[in-house]
Amino acid sequence: MHPTSPQFKQNARAALADVPLQAALAKLAVGFPVRRAEAAARLPEFEGLRDNARDIKNHVLENLDYYLEAYEKKVNDAGGHVHWCRDAEEARQTILDICRKADARTVTKSKSMISEEIAINTFLEENGIEPVETDLGEYIIQLRKEPPSHIIAPAIHLSKEQVADTFRLAHGDLAHDRPLVEPRALLEEARAKLREKFLGADVGLTGANMLIAETGTNVLVTNEGNADLTNNLPRVHVVIASIEKIVPTLEDASTILRVLARSATGQDISVYTTFCTGPKRPQDLDGPEEYHVVLLDNGRSDMIGSEFHEMLRCIRCGACLNHCPIYKSVGGHAYGWVYSGPMGAVLIPSLIGMEEAQHLPNASTLCGKCESVCPMRIPLPKMLRKWRERQFKAEMGSTTARWALKSWAWLARRPALYRFVLGLGVGVLGQFGGRGRFSALPFASGWTSKRDLAAPAGDTFISQYHKGARGDQSGDLIRNKVCG
Amino acid sequence: MSARDDILGKLRSKLGHLSDPNLTNPALTHIQEHYKNLIPKRGDLDKAQRIDLFCNEATRINATIARLSSTSDIPDSVSAYLRAHQLPARIKIAPHPTLTGLEWQAKTSLMVEQGRGQGDDGVSVSVAFAGVAETGTLVMTSGPETPTSLNFLPLDHIVVVQGDDIAGNYEAVWERIRAKSVDEGQPGTLPRTVNWITGPSRTADIEQTLLLGAHGPQRLHILIVDDPRP
Repeated sequence: MHPTSPQFKQNARAALADVPLQAALAKLAVGFPVRRAEAAARLPEFEGLRDNARDIKNHVLENLDYYLEAYEKKVNDAGGHVHWCRDAEEARQTILDICRKADARTVTKSKSMISEEIAINTFLEENGIEPVETDLGEYIIQLRKEPPSHIIAPAIHLSKEQVADTFRLAHGDLAHDRPLVEPRALLEEARAKLREKFLGADVGLTGANMLIAETGTNVLVTNEGNADLTNNLPRVHVVIASIEKIVPTLEDASTILRVLARSATGQDISVYTTFCTGPKRPQDLDGPEEYHVVLLDNGRSDMIGSEFHEMLRCIRCGACLNHCPIYKSVGGHAYGWVYSGPMGAVLIPSLIGMEEAQHLPNASTLCGKCESVCPMRIPLPKMLRKWRERQFKAEMGSTTARWALKSWAWLARRPALYRFVLGLGVGVLGQFGGRGRFSALPFASGWTSKRDLAAPAGDTFISQYHKGARGDQSGDLIRNKVCG
Repeated sequence: MSARDDILGKLRSKLGHLSDPNLTNPALTHIQEHYKNLIPKRGDLDKAQRIDLFCNEATRINATIARLSSTSDIPDSVSAYLRAHQLPARIKIAPHPTLTGLEWQAKTSLMVEQGRGQGDDGVSVSVAFAGVAETGTLVMTSGPETPTSLNFLPLDHIVVVQGDDIAGNYEAVWERIRAKSVDEGQPGTLPRTVNWITGPSRTADIEQTLLLGAHGPQRLHILIVDDPRP
């Protein structure tokens, strides 16, 4: 997929004017966060489990070379094959080779962000193999040739009417006047269509929520059961996963599973959590005859030990998207690539380059909500600031912004002068801000063209503080002015 | 240089693991310890309470439950379930001794087939390795007597679980699976698939509307067999 991240500003403007998208985002903003909060409240150990989950991944990342070797050995012991791939190109070729050897015509797929990252679908199509997404949301966006707009709810940006139109176009063999008003009718049509695909597929391609070193196992988490029909029915099961997906033991996997679904959808646990190890055993009545793991680096080893090392703890739950004021305003497509929201704004520049993705780390108010809900306690705002620092050092961004930042930095290093200038500014604005807010200000139209700017109190916080104004009536005045 | 050597070499040099060849392998040490992290207290109960918690949690996420005092009650219970949902009197059972030894013909008029799941199976009956009270989760393991396809292809899935096999938390079940692998002479080997199943299949991918029966079963019915006599 060619990134449209360089056009973030245009993308965001279009998203804000997109009526069905705004309706979907409004629903998301009240659904997921509320359910997450309820699930967390139901489990007294939730915060402690987040600490455990963070520590497990930190330990793995510190010893990733050892864990990858241990994992590989176990996959081999179970009769599977591990294919190491440096980048997207190697991974695509490896998957194609496996499909060709299996004489595959159809590949069923269960949702995998890594498969989006390497754009495997287009590649397989170009080589005469039909890839079929089986997660309902992914199936819909595959038919529409769109990227996912949310990690766990890829078609969240669409209305049911848009889905119905998509199905009428794609399922041309069905009666054109069939009723497709209710979501249930849409689901049943997709279920029937995909059932044929499940039963006829030659290869099943899945991602992995985790890889367990102890047993050489891949973990799959879904609510629909599509990953299970994908890995169980075809003759060959291919897992594509990036190297940081490793966890040490079954116990460690269980701990992370306890925070994953709660953070993602607010469920205690997803409906289906599946642990696959190798191909079918000699006496088994079902299961694949071959089991392959495509183990992909694609930029991860560069992140090890860097300022973005901690991003490798991410388990792709989507909580940071669901709680982000920017994501909730513009949706996932505006970010212009596979990932979105705060995790996308940190990860995308690492994967496609800072130049291409330069707007993304700036698309944040740094409110800190993402870090507060991240099950792996990833310091997302800190890393967004790191990208901004790098951009400043690389002399990126507009001249005005750079000049303003430089001046501010110069001033901020001189506290007495800083306070004097600030006091002057606040005093002048306070004088003119008679009705408490400005609807227009010189040099601030970027702000005031969309909303009013609250007028300052006429005196700086520090100066009021020195005058002893706290806790009493004038203290309230400070709070009112500062907060509102 | 192979991709494997390239990736591992890069990690080793970044993590500083090149310098000391006598370093103990911290990964293997950690793996062997099977260290338990924080385990929610929720499932820390005696057997009767554990079964109750399992029932509460499973029904919260749309499973239905029948409690039986003996495996010999299974055919009647299955038959009653089919009638209640107006389903054809035809089932596919797992070739598991708990099910194959039952007097289906004598007790019911059901048509009973056994084997793996097929695309046109309507109702399947399978046997769980364990249950987990913590979240009302069934643990299914694959094997010659327990084909995985029965868990996913039919629209109605009926699962038998023994009351004694309902554990408080996931960790307790992993210990049982490890113990079984030792008994079977393959210590530390997992079955091809272990499925945790918590309620029937669902999706909210269309306008965030929750719908049951996405690709897997639309209904999950659990038969808990537990002889109340001590």
